[in-house]
Amino acid sequence: MPDRSQASLSPRPVSAGAPGTAPNMDAEQPAVEFRDIDIAYGKFVAVRDFSLSIRKGSFVTLLGPSGCGKTTILRSIAGLVDISGGQIMIDGRRVDDVPIYKRNIGLVFQSYALFPHKSVFDNVAFGLKYRNVPKPEIARRVGQALDMVRLPGSEKKLPSQLSGGQQQRIALARAIVFEPQVLLLDEPLSALDANMREEMRVEIKKIQKATGITAIFVTHDQEEALSMSDRIVVMNAGSVEQIGTPEEVYERPATAFVADFLGKANMLAGTVSRSDGQIAVTLAAGQTVHVTSPRPLAPGSKVTVVVRSQKLSVGPAAGGNRLSGRVVSTSYLGGSAIYEIDFGGKTSIRANAPINGRIVREGEIIEVGFDPSGCVLLDENGQRIS
Amino acid sequence: MKNRWTLYDPRLAWMLIAPVLLLLIFFLVLPIAVMSVYTFFTFVTAGVETSALTTANWHEFLTDSYYHGFLLKTLRVGAVTALLCGVLGYFPAYFIWATSFKHKWLLLLLLIVPFWISFTIRTFSWINILGEQGVINVALIKLGIVSEPLPMLYTEGAVIMGLLHFLLPYMILNVYVSLESIDRTLIAAARSMGCTSAQAFREVTLPLSLPGLAAGLLLCFVLAAGSYVTPQLLGSGRDALFGNLIYDTIMSELNWPMGATLSIVLFVVLGFFAAIYTRYMGMSQIVKGLGG
Repeated sequence: MPDRSQASLSPRPVSAGAPGTAPNMDAEQPAVEFRDIDIAYGKFVAVRDFSLSIRKGSFVTLLGPSGCGKTTILRSIAGLVDISGGQIMIDGRRVDDVPIYKRNIGLVFQSYALFPHKSVFDNVAFGLKYRNVPKPEIARRVGQALDMVRLPGSEKKLPSQLSGGQQQRIALARAIVFEPQVLLLDEPLSALDANMREEMRVEIKKIQKATGITAIFVTHDQEEALSMSDRIVVMNAGSVEQIGTPEEVYERPATAFVADFLGKANMLAGTVSRSDGQIAVTLAAGQTVHVTSPRPLAPGSKVTVVVRSQKLSVGPAAGGNRLSGRVVSTSYLGGSAIYEIDFGGKTSIRANAPINGRIVREGEIIEVGFDPSGCVLLDENGQRIS
Repeated sequence: MKNRWTLYDPRLAWMLIAPVLLLLIFFLVLPIAVMSVYTFFTFVTAGVETSALTTANWHEFLTDSYYHGFLLKTLRVGAVTALLCGVLGYFPAYFIWATSFKHKWLLLLLLIVPFWISFTIRTFSWINILGEQGVINVALIKLGIVSEPLPMLYTEGAVIMGLLHFLLPYMILNVYVSLESIDRTLIAAARSMGCTSAQAFREVTLPLSLPGLAAGLLLCFVLAAGSYVTPQLLGSGRDALFGNLIYDTIMSELNWPMGATLSIVLFVVLGFFAAIYTRYMGMSQIVKGLGG
């Protein structure tokens, strides 16, 4: 596994394993750095106070629903969108007043954006041509890039003669062939069908690792984000909700939004009834559950218990906190099943449990359980209690 | 029920296109066929011809350089008009496409507004502008720049000017439609790979708008070379085109067989250019432009 702390909010990322020592200036220079970026269209503020530092060679994903500002940020790096405040640095050089064609950036679009009137060769060679690379060198590098995306010999074809997946690979080759400082990927998999998407996911990641290029990936698909990224930046309504490794954002969501957006976690609202070592929370439906909290909480304070559906066990073997409820719906997924369980008509939770023995049907009463440490507590503002 | 009609019944399709088909057969194919037969009739005297078949009309057309001169002149005026339309029409089309002005439809509407006035009246208006007593000459004389009126009306220039006035909207719409069909992320892609905006225009926008430009050129060329009213009004007898020749032959000389021959010649020559265009560009672009 690569070093996980490749992107962080702090302006000077601390070198791993040596906290407190002066960072090695050269190695620690972030590939891309945002300092308090604001982007507004007229009165509409698309992005507010966005700061992020991305380490060289890492794969960072901006994840969020449509309209959260993730694409706007991507476009601002490329210079396709003007920022209204703050600074963008690439390799320590301020670029926000550098015109787009002088920024050394590779862009891959959702719509591929291959030039339909140019051959595959001319498409891939495009960036090299405008960098005055001599012709034999262009031919060599185009060949290399096509080998890398596993489409050798396709030089003479027109984009329209290729499938969607192939077109996107050509677009990728075109974006990396001139060795840009940053590779920007704007939902590159959205236009592909499901099978192709998974294949391309692996391929993009492989190529990114092989070339060691810094990549910024924009998506609204949590699976893509979790499987490909070194770091995920979860965004909502123009600001950052959480930055962390895929495990961090999934296991320890910082806000209610992150918990809900990534994997639709169960959110059980309740009130703290006792606080001694473990916290006892009385849920809206009347049941009491016990959870571990990083700090004691005053009895009476409102909290939300966040439990992932995979952390819930179903049936008599259920351990830890036990709740019993009626199954409202069952979705059979092969190896496991998703149950929607209702507790007294007030709270419902989703459990994703492996099938051992038999599938529980709608209308049956079952017991679900979860471990006191298998959940996250949010305060009444939806912020994780830490 | 074996013969029940379905929504996509081929018989229904035939019924739906039947009116257009009949219209085309009776008002286009048949007249052209009749005219073709007429080219082989014998001209006796003004208004009189016999159905005795002869190739005399074709012989006359093919040997008399008077006709060749007219044909070449017509093609030249058509080509010059089309090229001027292309050069002058591309910029407004590009501007309408590129502007961030919120009410683009208003700009497009401005292109269509001239069509609200009869084409003939629009053509007549040039007489008041270019004529001896027209605005320009009167102004120049009042200002003492010239002592006698400049001969502007009834020249080839006046004809081309009138044709430009008539045809520019067709060119602009054709180019605009093809520009509008360009995916703008292509331009962003070109810019991100190192193109200045002028270079991106040369690499992406211009080549991808060429089909529209070509469609506009063909349309303007065919309409200009086949025009009759504009040269009649603005060129008078002194600067006539092939269409006026046909008119004269039929209406003044009452020589129907020769008139038919000349009509078929113009039809074949312009059809030839349209066929070449269709072969290389496809007809769909023109349809798009007219519908745009």
